[in-house]
Amino acid sequence: MPNIKIDGINIEAPKNWTVLDAAKFLGLEIPSLCYDPGLTAGGNCRLCIVEIRESGRSKIVSSCTYPVQEGLEVFTASKRVVNARKIIIELLVAQCPTSKTLQDLAAKMGVKKVRFMPKWDKCIYCGLCVRMCEEQMTGKAIGFTNRGYNLKITTPFDVTSEDCRRCGGCIYICPVCMARCEGTQPSEVLCGRCENSLQPTCLDIFDNYTCWMGLKGDCGTCITEKDGNNNDLREVKKNN
Amino acid sequence: MVSEEVSKLVDSLIQKYDGHLISVLENIQLFCNYLPSDYLREVSKQLELPLRDVYGAATFYKTFYLNPRGKHICTVCLGTACHVRGGNFIIEEFERQLHIKRGKTTEDNNFTLETVNCMGACAVGPIVIVDGTYYSYFKTLEARKIIRTILKESEKVDITKDKRIFPVKVNCPKCYHSLMDNEYLIDGHPSVKVTISFLDKHGWYRLSCLYGVYNVESEYERPHGVVANYFCPHCHAEMLGTFLCPLCTTQMVSLVLTGGGSVHVCPMRGCKGHLLDV
Ligand code: SF4
Ligand code: SF4
Ligand code: FES
Ligand code: FES
Repeated sequence: MPNIKIDGINIEAPKNWTVLDAAKFLGLEIPSLCYDPGLTAGGNCRLCIVEIRESGRSKIVSSCTYPVQEGLEVFTASKRVVNARKIIIELLVAQCPTSKTLQDLAAKMGVKKVRFMPKWDKCIYCGLCVRMCEEQMTGKAIGFTNRGYNLKITTPFDVTSEDCRRCGGCIYICPVCMARCEGTQPSEVLCGRCENSLQPTCLDIFDNYTCWMGLKGDCGTCITEKDGNNNDLREVKKNN
Repeated sequence: MVSEEVSKLVDSLIQKYDGHLISVLENIQLFCNYLPSDYLREVSKQLELPLRDVYGAATFYKTFYLNPRGKHICTVCLGTACHVRGGNFIIEEFERQLHIKRGKTTEDNNFTLETVNCMGACAVGPIVIVDGTYYSYFKTLEARKIIRTILKESEKVDITKDKRIFPVKVNCPKCYHSLMDNEYLIDGHPSVKVTISFLDKHGWYRLSCLYGVYNVESEYERPHGVVANYFCPHCHAEMLGTFLCPLCTTQMVSLVLTGGGSVHVCPMRGCKGHLLDV
């Protein structure tokens, strides 16, 4: 079994693992948008990039498609990786500002501004739906057509496909179709309100998360709403 | 339902090209001039590939067309060099003259207007290609003249309303001598004269120069189903091409068109297989 080092942790990973598998096993968080445990890795979104350093050189690879190799040295959150990821999520948000999944990711990564022209598209070409249809639904009804600038996901000849089972799997897995973000307008491409207002209150009082459920406030029960400047809204109201 | 003809052609192509999708599609396009949807469905069925993959490949490559193309293809180069020399004015002029947008075909199926990103002839740009003829240093005003000439030429051909009948001028692929015989007319047009040999006979053979018409005259009567060898009457070289006939898979005879491109005809008597490659 190849011995690899992720963020300074040594791990003996089974041969058929990818770097992402190993990192997940160690509990390291790598944003992976177009990866789904039930599907083959596509390597389309590039959000799961990590830095690999070997003999003084470093390169950026997508961890969901990179197989583990003996002596690999992986950094999942180096400066280079974090900056590159920010640009990628910025580009993705510019492509589809109405996706809640993307807005949440952008907020989590601390993206403050989208510097690219928003396209208001309805697809980021992650290919999840195509793989879902083929691998889980055995439908093979939809696929990529055209290429480059004109790339599009559609059924053959743009008509209802005989192969489609109307299972809705493609919509279920789509990061754009499934959860819509209603908070974006042409003037404000970035939203992220859901993610930004979820700040566990315990951190205001204690030094550590003290969540009983170990959820770090993900469930939202002990959450206070924050305004734009990160002030507790209840406090703000009280003071006014 | 798919006609038998479609499934037979697809089947023979798959046999010949060992199930290679791109080659099969290329040959269907040579035969039909575009990729009709029933052919694509048939290919997907026979190759046991999902239709979405066949459709994906057909839309991925720019050489494949999913809509019928016109008889005459006007291609305007909009590459960087040609663009700065006014390629966009030229395409606008073509659009005005033909009343179609770029990438579209006129309603009478006569003209298709296309753009291309560099032909590799930037030094003599702007470049326009009409029916395989390259025009260098193209001037916007020439567009109208060229279209007029083509329309006039095709008016002369009033054989029928068949959408694919038009006269061609062909040369020997080896010595480039013209094969046109201006003295001997078939269908009122100069005939194409070649020498053929079959069995123990050897003599002249004249074909109609109208693409899509199968009228021939021959020194010796050749029974149906007999394949002949075609020779150039000038250099006596055999004019064998590389294509196989889409109907009967005989190796086809290639003739070079004046102005570029080639026609391929099936040397089997009675087989109507022919391809136009411009
Ligand atoms: S609904 Fe149709 S296209 Fe979507 S996953 Fe199911 S079979 Fe595929
Ligand atoms: S439709 Fe949705 S799942 Fe499919 S490629 Fe586009 S964004 Fe991804
Ligand atoms: S999850 Fe690896 S590229 Fe998208
Ligand atoms: S740009 Fe037109 S030939 Fe190169």
